[in-house]
Amino acid sequence: MLRSRIIPCLDVNDGRVVKGTNFINLRDAGDPVEVAKIYDEQGADELCFLDITASHENRDTIYDIVQKTAEVCFMPLTVGGGISKIEHIRKLLLSGADKVSINSAAVMNNIFVRDASDKFGAQCIVVAIDAKRNNIKNNWEVYTHGGRKNTEIDVLNYAEKVVALGAGELLVTSMDRDGTKLGFDNALIKKITEIVNVPVIASGGVGNLQHLVDGIKIGGADAVLAASIFHFGEYSIVDAKKYMKENGIKIR
Amino acid sequence: METIGIIDYGSGNIHSATKAFETAAKDINKEVRVIRVSKADCVIDCDRIVLPGVGSFGDCKTGIDQVDDLYQTINMKVKDYSTPFLGICVGMQLLADLGTEGGETKGFGWIKGTVEKIPSKEGIKIPHMGWNEVHFSKDHKIIDSLRNVQEGMVAYFVHSYHFQLNDEENLLGYCDYGTKITAIIEKNNIIGCQFHPEKSQKIGLKFIKNFLNWNI
Repeated sequence: MLRSRIIPCLDVNDGRVVKGTNFINLRDAGDPVEVAKIYDEQGADELCFLDITASHENRDTIYDIVQKTAEVCFMPLTVGGGISKIEHIRKLLLSGADKVSINSAAVMNNIFVRDASDKFGAQCIVVAIDAKRNNIKNNWEVYTHGGRKNTEIDVLNYAEKVVALGAGELLVTSMDRDGTKLGFDNALIKKITEIVNVPVIASGGVGNLQHLVDGIKIGGADAVLAASIFHFGEYSIVDAKKYMKENGIKIR
Repeated sequence: METIGIIDYGSGNIHSATKAFETAAKDINKEVRVIRVSKADCVIDCDRIVLPGVGSFGDCKTGIDQVDDLYQTINMKVKDYSTPFLGICVGMQLLADLGTEGGETKGFGWIKGTVEKIPSKEGIKIPHMGWNEVHFSKDHKIIDSLRNVQEGMVAYFVHSYHFQLNDEENLLGYCDYGTKITAIIEKNNIIGCQFHPEKSQKIGLKFIKNFLNWNI
């Protein structure tokens, strides 16, 4: 059977790796290609680049980074951030990305997911969902534009919808947990993994290795994504894999 | 110096595949020239042929058929000159008699079988995407050093259709995913792998090295 995946995520801004707490304050953590090489060496199962400021600035740097990374890292690479056109996807795939993750554009134009999936295959279309709990309505709502805009769309309905349209994987980030180091919102992840039949990547809130285990065991995620715990050397991918294995998770 | 030809028929990015072959060759100190081949006459000079494939069976077959004499030349090199051949992912699936993705499409017919959708079952998500262990059903030079890897040979797969072989004799490796998934096939000078060696990190590079070292 498939192994659970560990995916370090590099938030990229102007060609540099950064990680924002709750997406607002940015800290610099190096050259993306160099960081990618470290993760490849450590045996990360996949790598994710999120071009976080893509909607505002010149995004051409990302193609260059993807190409340089794909030349030295022989591992699956997912790229997201500001993807709103078929042409963006084509360029990224030709630069060496294996999958693209679509966020705001999928919300604003659902049909884009179908078009992208028809064109390039479901296996390379990831829909990224930024979810935030609404305690009054007792649900989670979809946020866009790097978590700045509340669409009030129900996350569970949306997840089912984009999968029906052809999303091959979902990357679910809890806005409530992102940057908090309190662990994934496993209630959210579990709800989603129960209703869709595509792989789900849990994201947002990892502060320690037990959180990675919980995302798989409690949330039922197929893959776990984390950024800062890896970037700042608190834990290596090797540590994470060892810990997960010790906790009975099938890992590579 | 050997020439390794990676067939480029517009089926997506082959840049990282090209780099993976260069890197693998460098690691084993083998002097090679890795070239992208998009014309039939360039196939003639290749000492080894690699056929990648991303997308649907039908699209890939159409992509090849659109290049004049490309299939015919590859077929001649592989059949008449016994040039070592490696098909990757859909590049492996194309060796079958028939594909069923995007309508029924005839394959090369080099290895008997059909390419069919992976049966969906409880707990089996389609596409089969991620890292899975390859089990070996027999010995072969191409998997020499891979059989002894302590953690098992775990490789990266991304596909919704799989190669159903008519003849088990052609099966070299398989993995479990609700059903038995054909992972590596072989016949004479022909090798095919469903996983992506160019995306499978060290173990993938090892597989590529074995292919580069393989003498029939």
